[in-house]
Amino acid sequence: MRGLVFDIAHMLAGGLVLVSFMQLYQDRLYALLNIFALHALVLALSVAWQAYIQDAPHLYVTAVIALVFKAIVIPVVLHRIIVRLGIHREIEQVVRVGPTMLLGMGLVALSMVVMLRVTAEADPLAREDLAFALCVVLLGLLMMVTRRNAVSQVVGFMSIENGLVLAATGAKGMPLVVEISIAFSILIAFIVIGIFLFRIRERFDTVDIQALDRFRGERS
Amino acid sequence: MAVMLDLAVQGAQMIVVLLLAPLLTGIGRKVRARLLRRRGPPLIQPYRDLIRLLRKEVVLAENASWLFRVIPYLVFAATWVAAALVPTFQSGLLFSWSADLIAIIALLGSARFFLALAGLDVGTSFGGIGSSREVMIASLAEPAMLMVVFTLALIAGSTQLSTVAAFMTSSDVGLRVSLGLALFALIMVAIAENARIPVDNPATHLELTMVHEAMVLEYSGRHLALIELASQLKLLLYVSLIGCVFVPWGMAPAGAGAQALAIGLAAYLGKLALGAFLLALFETAIAKMRVFRVPEFLGAALMLGLLATLLLFVSRSL
Repeated sequence: MRGLVFDIAHMLAGGLVLVSFMQLYQDRLYALLNIFALHALVLALSVAWQAYIQDAPHLYVTAVIALVFKAIVIPVVLHRIIVRLGIHREIEQVVRVGPTMLLGMGLVALSMVVMLRVTAEADPLAREDLAFALCVVLLGLLMMVTRRNAVSQVVGFMSIENGLVLAATGAKGMPLVVEISIAFSILIAFIVIGIFLFRIRERFDTVDIQALDRFRGERS
Repeated sequence: MAVMLDLAVQGAQMIVVLLLAPLLTGIGRKVRARLLRRRGPPLIQPYRDLIRLLRKEVVLAENASWLFRVIPYLVFAATWVAAALVPTFQSGLLFSWSADLIAIIALLGSARFFLALAGLDVGTSFGGIGSSREVMIASLAEPAMLMVVFTLALIAGSTQLSTVAAFMTSSDVGLRVSLGLALFALIMVAIAENARIPVDNPATHLELTMVHEAMVLEYSGRHLALIELASQLKLLLYVSLIGCVFVPWGMAPAGAGAQALAIGLAAYLGKLALGAFLLALFETAIAKMRVFRVPEFLGAALMLGLLATLLLFVSRSL
């Protein structure tokens, strides 16, 4: 029984890492948002499973928050935003898929090496969750670095937050207050970013981040 | 006596794979035609094609070397041996000690190498294009395949297919995300290696898109028959490999009686039919991709294999 419990947790957390890779692979904005919703869905399942095996009811709340806000509300709003901005058919290729994937693999290997060394005497479940959570965070950062479009940067930012939630639930849960406040700060950040998106668009007629660099005079 | 019996079963396996290979292709074509609302050729059409080709005379290019004439036999022999090594209806056959995944990959690799040489031999431009593309695809597909093998070997503790199949039927397997990733990687590699639709179209002779067909364009008569049969065997090999490793249920154990053998054979036929159906379904649902996108497709397979191996290090053994 113990083996199966661990296996399911491992499968869900590993699935989250896989979905992060799918995000890196996908370069169409509309499909990217669908994958982001999938990311949040897998996260919600993973958190719910942790709640079940740790017998921690408040984690169910976390799972529901992840499901409602990140898997439904934010993707739907982002879908609307990109349709209104008229960029829903856009394809972006800044760094080619191959090198990005290789970098991502390197990051996964790195986070496993680091985490397995550091947490040698912790509970296997927590160790595994922490290692995968670090992977998801690093992959989210990689996504923000390799993309130029502001919307995909928002997606990268949100998936970093997903990774943090995974880490927090794996480490014997976190207080509900902290979780709710994080969820709200993310939501506020999301609103602020949304407003910024429209401001950037108004000013430069594009949501390409390079326009900002040019404006600051960093690139001629 | 027992050795004779084992030898007979092993021989039966070699005959079975040889006889079933064209049927698998036939089923695939039929299903595909029905999905496109065509009637499609009868199931035995691939057999008829092969017999027809065997009767026709061989037309050789003037500057074809001896290599060009020898290669069909080499390719066919290597592929047949590889296909016969994969456990189909019974595991633990007489030669199962040599049914090593790496050996099978090496056999297929040598067959591909000779076929690429044959494409270059006559010196036509199509053969050259075909060979260069085939080698490009292979150079990406083979590492991905090896990553899958590493994953399986790490999980089952062996690269021998009978051992892997026995391990997969036992309850030690558990629920492993790595196996799922390895399955997807293996399917992607199989599609690329067998020149199926998103990578190459097996039914076309359109110059700009073909890969495998371009290489064998100069062959005719019995040589072409052998090469066609070899590629059908290769498809059968991949389907039975996936069946043997990921759905090994129903396979008769070593030294089983006649009843278990019959069940094993029926299960194997069912797996083949299912494989052909799913392949045809997939092929009708997807468009062929540009040659330049193939590296991305295979890169994804490589990535999945690598991820499967990496995730194994954070598993139950912690």
